[in-house]
Amino acid sequence: MTKVAARTWTEIKPARKAVIPEGLWLRCPGCSQMVYRKQMESNLHCCPECQHHFRVGAAERIRQLADEGSFEPLFTNLSPTDPLKFKDVKTYQDRLVAEQAKSREADACKAGTCFIKGRPALVCVLDLSFMMGSMGSVVGEIVTRSIEAATERDLPLVIVSGSGGARMQEAGLSLMQMAKSSAALARFDEAGGLFISVLTDPTTGGVTASFAMLGDVILAEPKALIGFAGPRVIQQTIRQELPEGFQRSEYLLEAGMIDRVVARPQLRSEIARLIDYTGKA
Amino acid sequence: MAAFYQLEFEKPILEIEREIETLEARLAGREPADAAPDAQPLSPDQALRRVETLRAQREQTLRDVYTRLTAWETVRVARHPKRPQTRDYIELMCKDFCELHGDRRFGDDPAMVCGFGRIGPHRCLLVGHQKGRTTQEKLACHFGCAHPEGYRKALLKMQLAEKYRVPIVTFVDTPGAYPGVGAEQRGQAEAIAVNLREMSRLHTPIVSIVIGEGGSGGALGIAVADRVAMLTHAWYSVISPEGCAAILWKQANEQTNTAAAKALKLTARDNLELGIIDDVIEEPIGGAHRDPAGAARNLESWIISALADLKQQDPASLVERRYQRFRRLGQYIETAPPVETLG
Repeated sequence: MTKVAARTWTEIKPARKAVIPEGLWLRCPGCSQMVYRKQMESNLHCCPECQHHFRVGAAERIRQLADEGSFEPLFTNLSPTDPLKFKDVKTYQDRLVAEQAKSREADACKAGTCFIKGRPALVCVLDLSFMMGSMGSVVGEIVTRSIEAATERDLPLVIVSGSGGARMQEAGLSLMQMAKSSAALARFDEAGGLFISVLTDPTTGGVTASFAMLGDVILAEPKALIGFAGPRVIQQTIRQELPEGFQRSEYLLEAGMIDRVVARPQLRSEIARLIDYTGKA
Repeated sequence: MAAFYQLEFEKPILEIEREIETLEARLAGREPADAAPDAQPLSPDQALRRVETLRAQREQTLRDVYTRLTAWETVRVARHPKRPQTRDYIELMCKDFCELHGDRRFGDDPAMVCGFGRIGPHRCLLVGHQKGRTTQEKLACHFGCAHPEGYRKALLKMQLAEKYRVPIVTFVDTPGAYPGVGAEQRGQAEAIAVNLREMSRLHTPIVSIVIGEGGSGGALGIAVADRVAMLTHAWYSVISPEGCAAILWKQANEQTNTAAAKALKLTARDNLELGIIDDVIEEPIGGAHRDPAGAARNLESWIISALADLKQQDPASLVERRYQRFRRLGQYIETAPPVETLG
């Protein structure tokens, strides 16, 4: 086992540093080895030593999933606004501008059609690098439109989630995105659609409590943190040590909450095979 | 009315009330134990007149204070220990409540109350969060934080109601779904998610009222409805002010909680403006905790008319409208579509 598993949960937080530091070499949070960045990147952003799955952005995720050159983006004309004129220590407006400048993306979600090992599919990916992949109106709208488009075109739907949950800066409107996307999935379900939900590290809060846990098949990357409440909140509530591996993919698998834990190199073929088995190719 | 739970903004009201009590006690020929310091010794006639004036003053002050509550003060009122809860409203409104227990999978969550009841002319299924009144009940209910079995029980009973075309009334009153080891193990997120999906397609009318706290997914888990309303001093948002303050301000104290509550636009009026709710149900002057029966009457008449209206719609169009109601929520900028080649 890796050292990570033996640590307590508060100590594990530095895994957040997975926003990969600059430089040729970096330390793997999984095995603490120095790994050569290029080698890690060419290994689907997994550690060549221990297969620790580094976090990847939406663009990179799509590159990994889709057949080369097959991705056709959809709903790229949506961008966030600040309906509540939200201000904490910074204004939401300023945060958005800063995040957009940093990521060169409008918001935390990318969607489009593509082929996965030759099977047509609609993919939608949340982007952790933009405000922790949080779901506001734009993310909710793109997810919902993706579901609707998959319904109309009878395409298998793959949503890759990685998110801190609903976006606080859009407050009640973010909350409503949970109902909106889940309701769209009810219709997709009635139309006989196939929804493969892929959970990555971390998927928590309002995203887990809506579309992410509603997959016909739910896959999760190894050791991903998946839950409703964050470990810190739970620890503060119950004031006890949390069990080892709590809220990680393997734990959820054992609890019966997900179908399969799938390592990144197998993700494409697993999805393709599920599409075949359900006759949705 | 000795209030052991004091809201600091209620101080002027409590002072007036104390003086009234003092005067009334003296009129009855007793010397009250905690006499108001500025209550002058008066002749019975004067005292009666004074009480009269004070009553009017109390009314006016209550009205003033309660129409000008800040967002954070609203949250405090929504959490008032004397505020009526789901079981209180059921008792005040329903003559013959028939409680239904258990999720048939794991257990029976006391934080979620379900059962058949009659509201006015309507037979309906009532579902609501229960916070608990006594310490023992509060602990059993986890202060209104339901577990997955609570959400699953709610759905099971709602599907039962759908089978017989019985309309559903839900009362939302939770700081949030319970964050704990067992809750996570048994799939808190999945339980809520399934409720959102299934409620959106139940072929029977659903109305939801946020009667106190409407905290996040735990609230929404029983609030996907045809009509959603809030009591005047309830709150409804994606996170509690303390939770928001702890994350965005890095600390939760009186000052950051106040700022967070304001920023979250969690009051009934804000939610109405955002289109998240359809109606605000007036509470009696000074809040539901001062007059539970009055609050129940207002609630009851809103439910009766909302259900009368919804029962006229055929189930398919009801479900379609419910879908559209949630579908249009969200605000974003949409520029002219780029030339998208459809795959």
